[in-house]
Amino acid sequence: MFGRLTLEALPLYSAIAAGGAAVTVGGALLVAIVITWLGAWRYLWTEWLTSVDHKRIGVMYIVLALIMLLRGFVDAIMMRAQQAMALNSGGYLPPEHFDQIFSSHGTIMIFFMAMPFMTGLVNIIVPLQIGTRDVAFPFLNSLSLWLTASGAGLVMLSLVIGKFSTAGWTGYPPYSGVEANPGVGVDYWIWAILISGVGSTLSGINFIVTILKRRAPGMTLMRMTPFVWTALCASVLMAFAFPALTVACGLLALDRIFGMHFFTNAHGGNMMNYPNLFWIWGHPEVYILILPAFGIFSEVVATFARKSLFGYKSLVYATAAIAILSFTVWLHHFFTMGSSANVNAFFGITTMIIAVPTGVKVFNWLLTMYRGRIDFHPSMMWTIGFMITFVIGGMTGVLLAIPAADFLMHNTTFLVAHFHNMIIPGVLFGYLAGYMYWFPKAFGFELDRKWGLASFWCWLIGFYLAFMPLYILGFKGMPRRMEQYNDPSWQPYLMVAAFGAFVVLLGIASMVMQLYVSIRDRRKTADVSGDPWDGRTLEWATSSPPPAYNFAVLPEVRDREAFLEMKERGVAYRRPAAYEDIHMPKNSMVGVAMGAFAFVLGFAMIWQIWWLAAASGLAMWIAMIARSSDDDSEFKVTAAEVKRIEDARYRALATKTGSRK
Amino acid sequence: MSAAATAHDSEAAQTHEQRALGFWLYLMGDAVIFALLFATYVIMVNNTDGGPAGRDLFDLRNAAIETALLLVSSTTFGFASLSARTGNRGAVLFWLLVTFGLGAAFVSLEIREFAGMIAAGAGPDRSGFLSAFFTLVGTHGLHVSVGLVWILIMCGQVMMKGLSVPVVSRLFRLGLFWHFLDIAWVGIFSIVYLPGLL
Repeated sequence: MFGRLTLEALPLYSAIAAGGAAVTVGGALLVAIVITWLGAWRYLWTEWLTSVDHKRIGVMYIVLALIMLLRGFVDAIMMRAQQAMALNSGGYLPPEHFDQIFSSHGTIMIFFMAMPFMTGLVNIIVPLQIGTRDVAFPFLNSLSLWLTASGAGLVMLSLVIGKFSTAGWTGYPPYSGVEANPGVGVDYWIWAILISGVGSTLSGINFIVTILKRRAPGMTLMRMTPFVWTALCASVLMAFAFPALTVACGLLALDRIFGMHFFTNAHGGNMMNYPNLFWIWGHPEVYILILPAFGIFSEVVATFARKSLFGYKSLVYATAAIAILSFTVWLHHFFTMGSSANVNAFFGITTMIIAVPTGVKVFNWLLTMYRGRIDFHPSMMWTIGFMITFVIGGMTGVLLAIPAADFLMHNTTFLVAHFHNMIIPGVLFGYLAGYMYWFPKAFGFELDRKWGLASFWCWLIGFYLAFMPLYILGFKGMPRRMEQYNDPSWQPYLMVAAFGAFVVLLGIASMVMQLYVSIRDRRKTADVSGDPWDGRTLEWATSSPPPAYNFAVLPEVRDREAFLEMKERGVAYRRPAAYEDIHMPKNSMVGVAMGAFAFVLGFAMIWQIWWLAAASGLAMWIAMIARSSDDDSEFKVTAAEVKRIEDARYRALATKTGSRK
Repeated sequence: MSAAATAHDSEAAQTHEQRALGFWLYLMGDAVIFALLFATYVIMVNNTDGGPAGRDLFDLRNAAIETALLLVSSTTFGFASLSARTGNRGAVLFWLLVTFGLGAAFVSLEIREFAGMIAAGAGPDRSGFLSAFFTLVGTHGLHVSVGLVWILIMCGQVMMKGLSVPVVSRLFRLGLFWHFLDIAWVGIFSIVYLPGLL
């Protein structure tokens, strides 16, 4: 009846694990109580959870990302604390628990922090920047969100019922196979990734079509903003790389559930096929995350240096080149697996080549700043911090691209330092820059600068303290993922690294403070104009937050910096002669329902409760068929209603003229 | 017809154009899945672990009949699409049901083949080769089964809603899906069955 699920699944094996479960359950309960106390369930359901508005979906993605950032960071600081104290001793975490923590840290940070953060920013901003009213497939967008959320929910659930994987975020067999790992941990990992991966594939398709088919009149491809270009390239990668992840995890699941022999030691399995399949997705994934961040840096640097982006075309071509090359480097993740010298050399060279277009971009940003009038807004600080730090990471990457050098550094903390050195400045700093840059657009008031700067400095200094020692430890030969060690010369470095993690904690605390202070002072920093930074691109042409339909009349684009050109021509705030009815997609609860069914389906597959899996799978089918037969999915915003909303905006604009700026 | 209604119609046409592009992109992603399953099959084809190989298991006559069924079903689907274009509702239903019959015959032949192999001790857990075979061919069969359900749903929509614009645009995408599965099957026939028997 309940498959493998018994009372033993409760995490009573260690006090720390039980504490983690208690915090998870307590946190969820607390949120539920607060919502009930505020009487906000109905509002939350009708206005947010069932919404198909790209801006709200984007906000929900980012809320999910920030929650998962906290969870992933708790994992990080626990690991740093363990390694700082575990010289010749067990520290405070048993190996089985430590292994779960590093596995969930990587899984969460990639799939449930970085991916939703990126998808959220793209959701909020891309339709505004291309001057459209919504994405091509609004319902699919909601479905993607809820599939991602249900994957994240499964990872959180593993804290409370059962255990998470101990096989690392990459889950290599044969260790992740059923013989070495008969428990539910790896299954939690597989189903969380399979479910959220479908959501990501659908997001990719959605944004390719949105960008190719829904641009405002006059917006040619070479008039798209850098962020839209990078979002387009990342979407192409999402649509074509995520299927590879589905295959890798799907085959692993077949091995585990049906006793197949794709990756087993015996019976004709080929475990070396797994890293190939996994990294055919995994390397493009790095660029899925990093390209949109490059786009954000490009927007931020042009706005706050008050100059057009230097070498726009070269940046576009560099982005496209990276997108294509990203499919040709996957083998550098396992040079040591035993391919021939020629194969390794080929992938070593492609890896070095992909550094070239990335280098081009660094010059684009530097030369944009050159002789600009730079405003050191927190977003700009994240950008500058990124440029300096990222170049260091890039150089260690080119070092690792040499197969002979990689043989020495493989699986050491040098590698850990390298990829954190790419992903923290390259991805996270980019998203945080975007978060602070576009926050007023999404919510109508600015984020506090002082706390933003505090957060930046803590993150930057904490990053260097936490990861530079790991480079040195890698040279000294320390393997990654060690629960304890007996070389006393390592400990001082690990202590510095742990101290760095605590400095990052201050950075996160500053972000929480920033949010609190900004919400408290929201009337003082209200963004009435919709254009707080004297922006250059279309998202600043509408109000903050934008109305549901984004633009009352679709803008006509004459220049790459469309809004700047409108302001110069004096038509940026000109009222249209008349308004028309606007058709918008209706809210739908099918997305939430399918996400919930997917969650139950994943849970049932993990615990092998077959009847429940069949029932929830069937429920998903029925929901999808019902939705696809529904031809009445739009409603009309009448011209009078549009006029009423727009009149209110123009009245506000008139009152603020002269008072601020 | 008022100007606003015309604008809404062109919006609707745009919507269906976007859906067609989106569906093409989905099919390309699906093609990546098949490509990787083909690659996995090719590298595992000799990993028989001392068990049966393709030449011991495959039946060319069966594979040829399956191929014929699927190719003919693509043609009959083409007739359904043509009838939809001329607005002949009865003919659309007729050809959809013929396509369904051919597809169902294909799936039942495949199930019989699989059941026979499993009964003979050559199931997917026997060897790496058989895991790859069952997964590749089974994934295709699963797609065809999904297509069959979809055909039935479209039959229902054609009966209840007639050949409205959204229904015809769904028929178009179902057609893309069905022809795509044909192409995937040609790959399976030429990479799995033929080399296995030659």
